[in-house]
Amino acid sequence: MFYRENGQFKTSYRADQQIFPIDQDRWLVLALLAVVCLVVPALASDYLLRAILVPFLILALAAIGVNVLVGYCGQISMGSGAFMAMGAYMAYNSLVRVDGMPLIVALLIGGLCATVFGVLFGLPSLRVKGLYLAVATLAAQFFADWMFLRVKWFTNDSPSGSVSVSNLQLMGWSIDTPVEKYLFCLGFVVVFAWLAKNLVRSAIGREWMAIRDMDVAAAVIGIRPMYAKLTAFAVSSFIIGVAGGLWAFVHLGAWEPAAFGVERSFQLLFMIIIGGLGSIVGAFFGAAFIVLLPIFLNQSLPVLGALVGVSISTTGVAHAEAMVFGALIVWFLIVEPHGLGRLWALGKQKMRTWPFPH
Amino acid sequence: MRQIDMDQTGESGSAGGAAASAGAKKIGEVILDVKNISLRFGGVKALTDISFDVREHEVRAIIGPNGAGKSSMLNCINGVYQPQEGSISFRGQTFRHMNSRQVAEMGIARTFQNLALFKGMSVIDNLMSGRNLRVKSGLLAQAFRHPFAGLKWLGSAQQEEEQHRAFVENIIDFLEIQAYRKTPVGTLPYGLQKRVDLGRALAMQPQVLLLDEPMAGMNLEEKQDMSRFILDVNDEFGTTIVLIEHDMGVVMDISDRVVVLDYGKKIGDGTPEEVRGNEEVIRAYLGTSH
Amino acid sequence: MAFFLESLFGGLMAGMLYSLVALGFVLIFKASGVFNFAQGAMVLFAALAMARFSTWVPQWIGIESLILANAIAFVLAAALMWVVAWLIERLVLRHLVNQEGVTLLMATLGITYFLDGLGQTLFGSNIYAINVGMPKDPVFLMESTFPGGVLINLEDVYAACIAALLVGALSLFFQKTSTGRALRAVADDHQAAQSIGIALNRIWVIVWFVAGVTALVAGIIWGSKLGVQFSLTTLALRALPVVILGGLTSVPGAIIGGLIIGVGEKLSEVYLGPFVGGGIEIWFAYVLALVFLLFRPQGLFGEKIIDRV
Repeated sequence: MFYRENGQFKTSYRADQQIFPIDQDRWLVLALLAVVCLVVPALASDYLLRAILVPFLILALAAIGVNVLVGYCGQISMGSGAFMAMGAYMAYNSLVRVDGMPLIVALLIGGLCATVFGVLFGLPSLRVKGLYLAVATLAAQFFADWMFLRVKWFTNDSPSGSVSVSNLQLMGWSIDTPVEKYLFCLGFVVVFAWLAKNLVRSAIGREWMAIRDMDVAAAVIGIRPMYAKLTAFAVSSFIIGVAGGLWAFVHLGAWEPAAFGVERSFQLLFMIIIGGLGSIVGAFFGAAFIVLLPIFLNQSLPVLGALVGVSISTTGVAHAEAMVFGALIVWFLIVEPHGLGRLWALGKQKMRTWPFPH
Repeated sequence: MRQIDMDQTGESGSAGGAAASAGAKKIGEVILDVKNISLRFGGVKALTDISFDVREHEVRAIIGPNGAGKSSMLNCINGVYQPQEGSISFRGQTFRHMNSRQVAEMGIARTFQNLALFKGMSVIDNLMSGRNLRVKSGLLAQAFRHPFAGLKWLGSAQQEEEQHRAFVENIIDFLEIQAYRKTPVGTLPYGLQKRVDLGRALAMQPQVLLLDEPMAGMNLEEKQDMSRFILDVNDEFGTTIVLIEHDMGVVMDISDRVVVLDYGKKIGDGTPEEVRGNEEVIRAYLGTSH
Repeated sequence: MAFFLESLFGGLMAGMLYSLVALGFVLIFKASGVFNFAQGAMVLFAALAMARFSTWVPQWIGIESLILANAIAFVLAAALMWVVAWLIERLVLRHLVNQEGVTLLMATLGITYFLDGLGQTLFGSNIYAINVGMPKDPVFLMESTFPGGVLINLEDVYAACIAALLVGALSLFFQKTSTGRALRAVADDHQAAQSIGIALNRIWVIVWFVAGVTALVAGIIWGSKLGVQFSLTTLALRALPVVILGGLTSVPGAIIGGLIIGVGEKLSEVYLGPFVGGGIEIWFAYVLALVFLLFRPQGLFGEKIIDRV
């Protein structure tokens, strides 16, 4: 009744090709942006901002990057953690080694270095796919693990192996408080989400999806498989690299290579499986799920356990978390391989006909 | 739109098809020349010393019993298979080892017997993917695409997208699939998927269109529609058509010349009437005791 | 020279442990086309079961003999692996029958996490010892040729013998028994096997069970050497490159690939390590696999992968 396209006629291709062609969608998104930019900073607590919203935003950004590669182009990658690490360390180095380097430029440089790294380790995708490509990307992951641990240049010869940044400045404003950090990350996420959405609905996005769906037929209609796959790796690792820089600078402050290990890669993959492969909005759903689930389990499991008379320690909760993740991954793959994003789209479909059943 | 008479016995019936308009249609020079193609898979000989030519603007049919090597022949022209011997010339350019993308860029498009559509995309996205050959905007222009006409450089991607969309909409009108624009192709019935397959090939603006059993699995009405589309493509756009087809009625009605293959060898080449009377061809289809 | 031989032996032994884990990968891939990322988690799970059962069984039944306790624990652990195999087939594989490889890979990733959590919930997360009576003393060989002799671990030699026995038993099983023949038929062509009346579901349970028992043996040997702890899962990740090297469909490939990787890791760490700051072991296996992927994706002994149009 409320969510209908009746009466919304498009008189130009431009209008039909908008990101949000349905009026209600557009209003919803504008309202969401208003809430997110104005209401949340004013009302949210420091804990909410620092522990939930900032990691959610940064991981959502990384998930968008991974989705471009895995969801849209169908190239499986288990090396996302390595790309985040590359972005973080190169952003760190450009900030520390070059006087007066602006913060945003440093982060973008981190992204570009991650791009080079990504394209390099994406070259195997021209020869192999599926599981074999997964092994190749794991090679990137473990190589990066070693490189950031042993090659002293990356950590600026720090004796402990961990590095830190402090006192982030953006054109004279310092980014200290949780609200400022939140808005900084929000800016990046909004811009990059827009760029990513533009790419996936344009010609290059169609090339990526063609490679994903049937790469032999793609070549026959004139798509260049090499260009498509390498650009997917490039764009994906750029976004993931910037996210890595943000994660290190804004969320962690001080970090070691272990922060970007293979568990991080798996976590990002889980995000896009649960959130929905091939869906920009799905990346947000997945990130929210992954960020909120541990907190939810932490609060609820001891309570549930107490009801049954079983005391659950924190390690017990960690194990339960692993079990729940694992089970959910399998469940999603069986029941809804397109994840929460598809459920959202189905929900909207139902809303179109509400209150009628069909 | 032309009406085509196809009665059940598969006879050509009245000359109300391509034959009558052959006088009106100008068949040009040889555009595609296949010379001595031999293709082997290990010990299996799929094609043995096949030679034939295709003239511009004509409709050339390749027929033959199952397993004769017809699809393999198309795959060789298309660059999907690399023949061990022989060569293929397109507009004077000879090639034997071209990859399929280069062939597409040269102006040869094809449809597939088993439908190679991109199942994850909508109809319009599938058709638009056929335009990718001609997309000029780079990666950055596409990323920063926006509808504000002011900033000329960055807005170019949006304009180009609209131009391609206009072209594809013409094809959608032509194929009468307007209602299914936004539907994911995987959910469409088979006949409509075949039309989308044809549309995607047309979106490439090809000079030669290779059709691999475009009427497989269709009923009489759908076959009439598809024949109409093929003839219209040939008529309106001047596209040369090479088609593999099993339905003799269709072949006799719409094709200008026919090549007959059997067990990987050519056993007939000529107009439909000539081929129909050919002893060897009849034997290949009816079979004899060897 | 003696040092080189020691490193070589050490590498061979480590490699043989990888081979045991890789065997499980190959078995499952051959029979069901599924790449079982969870093999490492299965090793850990089985090892945990074995370790805990061997301490619990004497408590439950009150027997004295270590050998008897271990034997019963082994049987119990194997039975548990049967249950795991059955559950995986019933709850996961059956529903994902026609999905592409990537989906199945992701599903096994999910199973990995689940088994990790489950194992530690059921059996606890401390480091446990497995004591199956393997000798722990080092032995010095060839004392006449090299002064001081070449140091090898007798335990490793025992482990190698056990592994060889296991491979031998598996070969016999595949070649001589009817179930083994059925497994080979399924590995060759699912549909053809079905059409002659082989029940795919049962076959898959059997295959995952055999892989589970292989994981159990591997877990016992690893655990006896290093103690049963969480790092086993990541060690099993190291076995992935072994199947790339050897070929996903080849049992001898898994053995030889494992030995190559083991020796390669050890020798490169010893001889190249000092130049680049050490720690090469982390990535050596994977980079070697990467090189293979670029030039010979089917590995040393695997079948060539053909993509049909």
